[in-house]
Amino acid sequence: MRRGVFLCLVSIVPCLAAGAILAQDAPRLRGPEPFTREVPAPPMQRQITDDVRVGRNYPDQPPVIPHSIEGYAVDLNANKCMSCHARKFTEQSQAPMISVTHYQDRAGNTLGGLAPRRYVCVSCHVPQTNAKPLVDNIFMDMDALTEPERQPARGRH
Amino acid sequence: MDLTRRTLLKTQAAAAAAAAAGVSIPAEAQNIPTGEDIQLQWSKAPCRFCGTGCGVMVGVKDGRVVATHGDMQAEVNRGLNCVKGYFLSKIMYGNDRLTQPLMRMRNGQFAKDGELQPVSWDRAFDEMAKQWKRVLQEKGPEAVGMFGSGQWTIWEGYAASKLMRAGFRSNNLDPNARHCMASAAVTFIRTFGMDEPMGCYDDFEHADAFVLWGSNMAEMHPILWTRVTDRRLSHPHVRIATLSTYEHRTTDLSDMALIFKPNSDLAIMNYIANYIIQNGAVNREFVERHCNFRLANTDIGYGLRPDNVLEQRAQHANDAQVSHPSSFEDYARLMSQYTVEKASELSGLPKERLEALAKLYADPKVKVMSLWTMGFNQHVRGVWANHMVYNLHLLTGKISEPGNSPFSLTGQPSACGTAREVGTFSHRLPADMQVTNPEHRKHAEEIWKLPHGLLPDKAGYHAVQQDRMLKDGKLNAYWIMCNNNLQTAPNTNNETYPGYRNPANFVVVSDPYPTVTAMAADLILPTAMWVEKEGAYGNAERRTHFWHQLVNAPGDARSDLWQLMEFSKRFTTDEVWTKEILDAHPEYKGKSLFDVLFANGEVNKFPVAEIDPAYENRESKSFGFYVQKGLFEEYAAFGRGHGHDLASFDTYHQVRGLRWPVVNGQETRWRYREGHDPYVEKGSGVQFYGNPDKKANIMGAPYEPPAESPDGEYDLWLVTGRVLEHWHSGSMTLRVPELYKAFPGAVLFMHPDDAAKRNLRRGQEVRIVSRRGEIRSRVETRGRNKVPPGLVFVPFFDASQLINKVTLDATDPISKQTDFKKCAVKVVSAATADAGGQQ
Repeated sequence: MRRGVFLCLVSIVPCLAAGAILAQDAPRLRGPEPFTREVPAPPMQRQITDDVRVGRNYPDQPPVIPHSIEGYAVDLNANKCMSCHARKFTEQSQAPMISVTHYQDRAGNTLGGLAPRRYVCVSCHVPQTNAKPLVDNIFMDMDALTEPERQPARGRH
Repeated sequence: MDLTRRTLLKTQAAAAAAAAAGVSIPAEAQNIPTGEDIQLQWSKAPCRFCGTGCGVMVGVKDGRVVATHGDMQAEVNRGLNCVKGYFLSKIMYGNDRLTQPLMRMRNGQFAKDGELQPVSWDRAFDEMAKQWKRVLQEKGPEAVGMFGSGQWTIWEGYAASKLMRAGFRSNNLDPNARHCMASAAVTFIRTFGMDEPMGCYDDFEHADAFVLWGSNMAEMHPILWTRVTDRRLSHPHVRIATLSTYEHRTTDLSDMALIFKPNSDLAIMNYIANYIIQNGAVNREFVERHCNFRLANTDIGYGLRPDNVLEQRAQHANDAQVSHPSSFEDYARLMSQYTVEKASELSGLPKERLEALAKLYADPKVKVMSLWTMGFNQHVRGVWANHMVYNLHLLTGKISEPGNSPFSLTGQPSACGTAREVGTFSHRLPADMQVTNPEHRKHAEEIWKLPHGLLPDKAGYHAVQQDRMLKDGKLNAYWIMCNNNLQTAPNTNNETYPGYRNPANFVVVSDPYPTVTAMAADLILPTAMWVEKEGAYGNAERRTHFWHQLVNAPGDARSDLWQLMEFSKRFTTDEVWTKEILDAHPEYKGKSLFDVLFANGEVNKFPVAEIDPAYENRESKSFGFYVQKGLFEEYAAFGRGHGHDLASFDTYHQVRGLRWPVVNGQETRWRYREGHDPYVEKGSGVQFYGNPDKKANIMGAPYEPPAESPDGEYDLWLVTGRVLEHWHSGSMTLRVPELYKAFPGAVLFMHPDDAAKRNLRRGQEVRIVSRRGEIRSRVETRGRNKVPPGLVFVPFFDASQLINKVTLDATDPISKQTDFKKCAVKVVSAATADAGGQQ
């Protein structure tokens, strides 16, 4: 059944993709049509600041930041992120504590605080805007692949 | 504990209800899969993005990539990735992947002005071969060309080089790496006689001072930046000095942020050299034993079209690369002009800060690592800038030892491995050899088992020249692979796009996604990417690393390697080689290019049975031999025993990469230094053995002005570049929702005073206008980049804001690399422009 659906999808995808190119107008991905045309710049997008945690696509994905970080200093003198996310401040802030991996140095030794190599939070954790994705991403969550196999009479191949 | 989907949903609902009510529920109701169900197949691969070369572990389930994480065993990154690397899992799954060839057609026939329609691979290659043969017959090999990439795998670049040079007998092959680090590569050869850094990333853990020249590492090489910050924050004596034309995330964490006027880096470096000389800080013994002095030709023009007044006025536009033997005294005399006053005046930096910087280099106790990227390389004097920083390290002997390291960072994952080592530049062959050298060509012909005299002896068209020749109708059959040049080349409206749409030309683009470039092509070939094929990359520290094919590409998408090799089957030697060559070597007559290039007894030496049975390998199955292994082993013959030694193919599938030269199974971390590099003779200490006399060249060159500077009308400097979340033209990262939503569109970073002066507010729509063209954008006066008055920054990832319509196609005249960091623009409100009817 699942396999059948999959084959069916494979057979129609090429036509869809070709059609999509011709039909869609997505200058941000493909440029203006024709190339020489000047297109207006879309308005700047608003940051998402609802403080609602966003699920991860897989365990090692760094969680995105659900609040504004405008004006946050991450420099030689201060790390504003740590004023809420450091272990000793999370009770007060109710912010998630930085991951335990962040207490390990390059050699894997566990340290008493944030590892210096992890100091620049925004290298991995990024805020989000309310921009609507330009194109669907058909990445599948591993749970979505795992779940159907838990049904009876569907042994693993 | 079997659960049907329906009961699973029910228990989920129950759990949610129970949680809301604050009650606990029995264990069997929890919907947590365990055991075999959640096992993934994990394999190693390098990251697809920048030249850092981080290791990632890729988790596959049911033929799909479902997870990635930083590889703990990878020496480069030890478990870390940047935000792009962490989202690698999603780059292949944009829903507009190309899955079959598309050709411009009308009434069932190819038509340059037709609509893109799906066709079969056979149909696509038939038309392509027909066009190639037409052009070859009408105009010869110089009218066919290919634009490749530092993102090609090693064997893809190698196969392309063979097909272009030996197959079609054309050197019109260049990588987009030309736009990226040609200045660095050319200067390595000019200085050391050999390409690529002497040091490696281990220098990060040994240096006392880091000096960054035109590099925003915090955003562009974030994982290397973690090693710099680790060193800085763990060792209080360590200092970071960042030289840039605007403030950014790297300057946030720097002890010294030196914001200088564009192009004055040349004067600053010459001042430092002068300071070293004047203060007795020259390491006399080192310089006498290991260095030569040369003076460069000056007034060398700007790599513009020859009829440009700037070229006609320049004294040495045509022999820019020439330099002359000189002496320490002559060099010191030239440098003596660069007093602290002069450097301060040209750069706008206070004298004390320049002195503090000079002291880092001059103090023999401070181990200095200099790091640079596009600020240096994309520079009308990029080669000189590279020379000038080597001069500082050579004068002080701070080179080729742990922590003392002039280090050129690269932007692409295999800029070193493929563009440079394989030699996909229009003037290069593998292992640093040059197409203009008869001995080098002969050697290549021998390894390739091809007739002598086959390889063309003239350097081909470089990137910018390819665009010009397409426009001028001199380059007519053109294949673009693995890059998005219409978005990333300079002055695209005038110099790139016209060539693609020139009716005399047939333009083919191979890409996984419909990019700006693909949409301007006559034929689009759908391409497999990253772990959809077996691959190898070479990173910035000479590390060669491999990966297996982990999943299949969607639909009919096929790798660049398959495309190159399959296309070669459509030509016979009689169609592409000269009669003289075939008469002299009749054994090659009537054979296909596939036969002579790939079924030559070397490339097809290894059976498919040698492929690790745990992994798919579509190319090898298609051709009937272990394609990647054959290509790699033939290629490796160029470098083994010549200082470019690579380990065996099979080794690389086991290890997390090795830094060449790999001699007796040992990688080399510091080249040219006895005790570290097996090529250095005992007792010599240091040998720059790339040059015949084993000495490096200190090259004297002056400050010269840029090609274009702001004036009364075009009153702002324009700097272009990248942002952390997007890689290059964004064709992968814009399709990852989290990355897109983090930085959804390009903006114009502008100083608040400049905005106020123009009555512009944050978020307002503006036109950015140069003498070449204009685009619309939005003003950003806050955020991560803090530009000084008089300068604006615009990233180039956004295809709806094609900033390269505005940039200038001036290049370094020696390296032919474009200067994307300096041209003059004006910024006006879009509303005013509309009202004024200027559209």
